[in-house]
Amino acid sequence: MKNKYKVSLITLLLALLGILSYLYFSHHTVAILQPRGPIALQERNLFLAALGLMLIIVIPVFFLTFYTVSKYKVGHTGKYKPDFDHSRLLEITWWIIPGILIIVLSFMTWRASYNLNPYKPIASKYPSLDIEVVALDWKWLFIYPRQGIAVVNHLVIPINRPVTFFITAEAPMNSLWIPQLSGQIYAMAGMSTELNIMATSKGNYYGSSANLSGTGFAGMHFETQAITPANFNNWVKQTKHSKLTLTYATYNKLDKNSINNPISYYKDPEPNLYTWIIKKYMAPGASLNSMTGMGM
Amino acid sequence: MEPIIAIPSAKSLKRQEKEEKNNKMLFGFWVYIMTDCVLFASLFATYAVLHNNVYNGPGGAQIFKLPYVLGETLLLLTSSFSCGLATISLQNRSKRKVISYFILTFILGLGFIVMELNEFHNLVLAHESWRRSGFLSAYFTLVGTHGLHVIVGLIWMAVMITRVSISGLTNNIVRRLKMLAIFWHFLDVIWIFIFTIVYLLGALHL
Amino acid sequence: MISYFANFWIGKLSIHQVPTNPITVGGIIIMVGLPLLIAAFLTYKKKWRWLYREWLTTMDAKKIGIMYIIVAFLMLLRGGSDAALIRVQQATSVGSSHGIISSSTFQQVFSAHGTIMIFFVAMGFMFGIINLILPVMLGSRDVAFPFMNSVSFWLFFGGMILVNLSLIIGQFSNAGWLAYPPLSELRYNPGVGIDYWIWSLQIAGIGSLMSGINFIVTILKHRCQGMTLMRMPMFAWSVLGSMSLVVFAFPILTVTLALLALDRTIGTHFFTAGGGGNMMMYVNLIWAWGHPEVYILVLPAFGIFSEVVSTFSQKRLFGYTSMVLAIWAIVLLSFTVWLHHFFTMGAGSNVNAFFGIMTMIIAVPTGVKLFNWIFTMYQGRIRLKNPMYWFLGFVVIFTIGGMAGVLMAIPPVDFQLHNSLFLVAHFHMMIVGGVLFGFFSGLLYWLPKILGFRLNERLGRYAFWCWIVGFLMAFVPLYILGMMGATRRLDHYQTSTGWHPLFVVAGIGVIIIAAGVAFQILQIIYSLITRHKLKDTTGDPWNGRTLEWSIPSPMPFYNFAILPTVNSRDPWWAKKYPKEEPGLQITNKEQPIYQDIVLPKNSSMGMLIAGFAFLFGFGAVWHIIWLVIAGLIGVIVSIIIRSTKEDTDYIIPAKEVERLDKQYRLEQGVQS
Repeated sequence: MKNKYKVSLITLLLALLGILSYLYFSHHTVAILQPRGPIALQERNLFLAALGLMLIIVIPVFFLTFYTVSKYKVGHTGKYKPDFDHSRLLEITWWIIPGILIIVLSFMTWRASYNLNPYKPIASKYPSLDIEVVALDWKWLFIYPRQGIAVVNHLVIPINRPVTFFITAEAPMNSLWIPQLSGQIYAMAGMSTELNIMATSKGNYYGSSANLSGTGFAGMHFETQAITPANFNNWVKQTKHSKLTLTYATYNKLDKNSINNPISYYKDPEPNLYTWIIKKYMAPGASLNSMTGMGM
Repeated sequence: MEPIIAIPSAKSLKRQEKEEKNNKMLFGFWVYIMTDCVLFASLFATYAVLHNNVYNGPGGAQIFKLPYVLGETLLLLTSSFSCGLATISLQNRSKRKVISYFILTFILGLGFIVMELNEFHNLVLAHESWRRSGFLSAYFTLVGTHGLHVIVGLIWMAVMITRVSISGLTNNIVRRLKMLAIFWHFLDVIWIFIFTIVYLLGALHL
Repeated sequence: MISYFANFWIGKLSIHQVPTNPITVGGIIIMVGLPLLIAAFLTYKKKWRWLYREWLTTMDAKKIGIMYIIVAFLMLLRGGSDAALIRVQQATSVGSSHGIISSSTFQQVFSAHGTIMIFFVAMGFMFGIINLILPVMLGSRDVAFPFMNSVSFWLFFGGMILVNLSLIIGQFSNAGWLAYPPLSELRYNPGVGIDYWIWSLQIAGIGSLMSGINFIVTILKHRCQGMTLMRMPMFAWSVLGSMSLVVFAFPILTVTLALLALDRTIGTHFFTAGGGGNMMMYVNLIWAWGHPEVYILVLPAFGIFSEVVSTFSQKRLFGYTSMVLAIWAIVLLSFTVWLHHFFTMGAGSNVNAFFGIMTMIIAVPTGVKLFNWIFTMYQGRIRLKNPMYWFLGFVVIFTIGGMAGVLMAIPPVDFQLHNSLFLVAHFHMMIVGGVLFGFFSGLLYWLPKILGFRLNERLGRYAFWCWIVGFLMAFVPLYILGMMGATRRLDHYQTSTGWHPLFVVAGIGVIIIAAGVAFQILQIIYSLITRHKLKDTTGDPWNGRTLEWSIPSPMPFYNFAILPTVNSRDPWWAKKYPKEEPGLQITNKEQPIYQDIVLPKNSSMGMLIAGFAFLFGFGAVWHIIWLVIAGLIGVIVSIIIRSTKEDTDYIIPAKEVERLDKQYRLEQGVQS
């Protein structure tokens, strides 16, 4: 009787949990499961495929564990073989079964590492839009060198056109992450990393720094606005009317520590600003190439 | 099926216990030496990563004076040789010889340290200290850590020389002298690597 | 001139370094008040001499083990309070509300939480349990180097004091538990927080390294007669694997911390941004230690489960040879995977793929161990006592966490999950579900051997269920939050993110875990009160298999009156249920032959050496040069003095051994 009571209580709790989760998830975005670009989409598919493969083994193991425990509890009437301690066949089996799973996963990993290398340009009929990203204490600076504008803590990109980020930092290490568009990559002083992304549908996507960089770290989030190319061009034009100009002097002002820096727009950034920032942390006279990225 | 445990006489038991203790200690010391190898390996790795980061400061070719370093090397190698001689005299239980060879080793090791400190001192005077660049930081730290080990070895040696002259070659002292000898030879081996990788390759611009 | 003088005597110390924030002050009051209370009690009871003689200066591995466990448990409470504070902050700091503590305090809290939980809780429990039981399991009277063991413990203790001192004077690191540069460099962190982190870990780390050497030699040289390597209990194998990792990994930590300290104190350029430093070298070095560290912790927990599962299934451990192979596979592989902690630094595809695949391969030996445990239970007679509950909890949580781990081993998937709360959930499931549950299981299993009575089962079950439910509630939401884009270490977030409800659920989870901890404390207190009812009268309360169950509980200080000789894997079981030949020959029944026992004398030098090391560390944190030098000289002189001491042992004559042994057996009613 008591057991029955327990079972119905647990069922009730589970049902409640189900309803609450349904209510919650119907109103909220689980970013990496709802990608809005090809890179994030492939990353999600990889995530789900690997998870599915593992569950094929893990679920039976769970059942096996609890079945064994309930069947061989003390007082059972089944066999009791206190000296049954090895079986070559069985042991080889369970070196091999997870082994096979790992081999399959390894192939997936190897291919995916190449296909989803953040440095790899995205094939498209449109040329890619270059954006230079600088992580500062504690804000993001996005420079659009071709368009001649720069924005703090706000990112605007056209849809269906590949975007290439060149990323550095004049701050402790940060990490640029817009989960609905792609995975992250570190932003490090004196180095330049790259990330290729593309948005395929309009929307506002949450972006942030994923690596602790000091007191104002929690404020280093920004909205990524993906809009149509026509709107993007309009936006660029508008921004070019901004009152602020990003000279070395205004950059140095911007570089000072600030928390929850408001969004601000700049026109005409110094053409070599990005390289200049990186070179501050490199040996005088060294060429930029020698420090670009970590591998490639 | 009665268990048969031979009961050794009290005296032989003692000897056996002593031997076991010595064995155990020496084995433990070897494990320690291995951890020290890992420590130096990490420092060598650091040096390998940073050795080109001269940051407009001098590189190895500009600051290393090979003849001087060769002098240091000879001092340390000779000290290792005399330490070996001391170990041989240890087998013969010759207290006087053990002391004199260790004193010789001590003097040679001290000479090495003085030379090294002098080298460092000159570099610092020339404004080529560890603050100058990643390369110099790695260089000073790697070579300095070895030097620090040599200093520890020298302190240990001084203590042991005193103890031998007071208490003679007791079991504990002999065991410790053996460990000291292992330590000293180990430092010699590390120095060979430093000499080759840091000084030779650095001076030759490789 | 005056300032120069002050600088010389007190370095960077000043009255302004004492915190005023109410939560910190509350913490200080508890942390200072509790020891004061204990001190007052000891004075009242006139127990100081007893404490000093019986505990602080002891060389007995069992007592050192208990001291480790007490410190670890206190630190669990400290680290747990930090965890609670993190959860409260994240559950309240949303939108216009900024929670209960400032960003900078919050960052110190999570840095302290991570540091304390790994170095002073997990490591503390691990060394505690090893000290407690390993020598006995091997049929030995002591560890190989009892004095070094005491030094190790006191260094661990000194490091612990230094970490906690940072709460009272100055501040702690705000750079996370691994203090990545350049955030941890002087330029971004001029205060003493990072220095506290460096020196407390350096001091405790050197202690751990010494313990590593000690236990390797103990296992290889201190086994009783007849115990070949392949007859060792699985726990001993797993400790051997773990300690091998210690001696290879901890020197790397020593170097890394030293280099960071040099950067901060004498201006070298190892990890600085600019000046020719390379910050990613730090990340490589720290993880070359850090990843093995995870296995250092989890291997002994695996070993504990092997003993627990086999004992409570009343069956031999299945696949002993596979288990040994799996341990060594894990040991080797754990040095080939460190790069998976920073796939996102932008290394090439093949580098990432290589480290990803190596990481996944570790899942194979781990899986093998799980299958072996299941088949140990298969066709056994399973008694579901407390330690088994923790094992089953481990299976569930560790497997879920392990799956998350394999997912993150795929570099492109890791790009999405790295540094998110998904990662936080993953490693808590591994370290808490794997390591801590293992140690809980081990403590419940072996404490009767130390205390002489079992712990109350019912309260233990309550504690377990609170832990499991609370743990799932606290960490499953974090998986989801991570997938929603929530990064770790946030002290504040926007309402529009929609994360708030999940953070609240996680907070409730922590409250339930706290109830679990309360039940654990209650379990100990209640068992202590009712100890006569729970008394272990046989020395073998679980129908055990290995040597520790062949002697009375609580264990005599000399462990074995007569050293055993074994000729099978589960010697005590084989003796109880003989088949062809007895597995254990403890003594000739008619005529036990007693011999003199040689044991190490107590010494206060371990405490002294660590005390000087602590002063050195404190001086280094605050740049008090005379204290640094004094501490260093103190350490060196103490070592020299100790090394000249010749009469470090004492002898219990055979007659006395015989008397003690008979008395013990009479009291305990243990048949020989």
